[in-house]
Amino acid sequence: MASGRREFLKTAAGAAALGLGAGAGSFLGAQALARSSAGQPAAGGGKRYALAVDTKKCAEREGCRACIDACHVTHNVPRIENREEEVKWVWKEEVQWVFQDRVHEYSGEELRRRPVLLLCNHCDNPPCVRVCPTQATFKSADGPVMMDPHRCIGCRYCVVGCPYGARSFNWKDPKPYIEHVDPAYPPRARGVVEKCTMCSERLARGLEPACVEACTRSGAGALLFGDMNEPESEIRKRVESSLALRRKEHLGTRPQVYYTL
Amino acid sequence: MYDGGKVVLGLALFAALCTSPMWVSAARGGGGAEAPELELPPPASGKCVRDGAWMRNSHMELLNSWRDEVVREGIRRERLADGREIERSLTQTCLGCHTDKTQFCDRCHDYVGVKPFCFDCHVDKAGG
Repeated sequence: MASGRREFLKTAAGAAALGLGAGAGSFLGAQALARSSAGQPAAGGGKRYALAVDTKKCAEREGCRACIDACHVTHNVPRIENREEEVKWVWKEEVQWVFQDRVHEYSGEELRRRPVLLLCNHCDNPPCVRVCPTQATFKSADGPVMMDPHRCIGCRYCVVGCPYGARSFNWKDPKPYIEHVDPAYPPRARGVVEKCTMCSERLARGLEPACVEACTRSGAGALLFGDMNEPESEIRKRVESSLALRRKEHLGTRPQVYYTL
Repeated sequence: MYDGGKVVLGLALFAALCTSPMWVSAARGGGGAEAPELELPPPASGKCVRDGAWMRNSHMELLNSWRDEVVREGIRRERLADGREIERSLTQTCLGCHTDKTQFCDRCHDYVGVKPFCFDCHVDKAGG
């Protein structure tokens, strides 16, 4: 009798473990599947907007802020001097910090100190989108990683998730820090995150992003905007024919901002 | 009933206290607060994107659907039933006619005590 009970318990425990394992397996499998499909490039021959930065041309104009100013004026980005609370969509940083793993002891001073234009990379596999609990940040069909401030709850997971520091949190009401509020583009409120949206509002009207337009107008011509899904586009050809770097390639985020140094 | 008189008196006092705003208002001879008067845009600025009565009840639903479709799906324009094509924009389209939100939006919102947070971010043309 005792051995009968023992056998029964053994069988029951085995069956339970098997069932549990199978359940957990399928659950994890489903999650992994959901993760891998999120952030894939838009299927069906859609557009894949990208930006290419020619750092040499950019560096020729020392201290130029045409693109930064154009972006920040167009989008009512506040100018807060305190770096702990600053809000920025586009900014510059030296090559030695942006491409730390590419410079070495023989890299020259000019190269090391050359400014690189930084902005949201509009990753094909964006970590910020994966961590956002309200889907306030999301991947649009034609590429840009978008922000929906209406849904943002200010948790700042995305700020932590972004490996490029491309996201700014509004620690206080930004409006007093905007020199001239342009009513055409709503400024943000205290408690939401904001970043570059690749000028989706301008793309919808058939215009290039404000930074690209300003750079071209200034004569520098260091920024190139285009559709990577278009084989004949200028940006696609440049990226195909030159070694165009992307930031932190090893993370697998597949950025869509390309740099030629 | 023990202490019936006290209980009834207490209940009467309680009821009187709860309904006191109505009595005070009646004593002052008013028929309650007056409905807010809205400043409508001049007729020359054209018709609204929807019927006025419908807008009075459901403008918030329209704005919510515009918000979601513009931001998340990129559907920024809309063809109206009468054939006009408009941009779905609070600041550009709505406030294009209702130029002063303090004379329009705020009057009803203050009256009914709602505080929509549209204008935490969106700005009217006057910059308010």
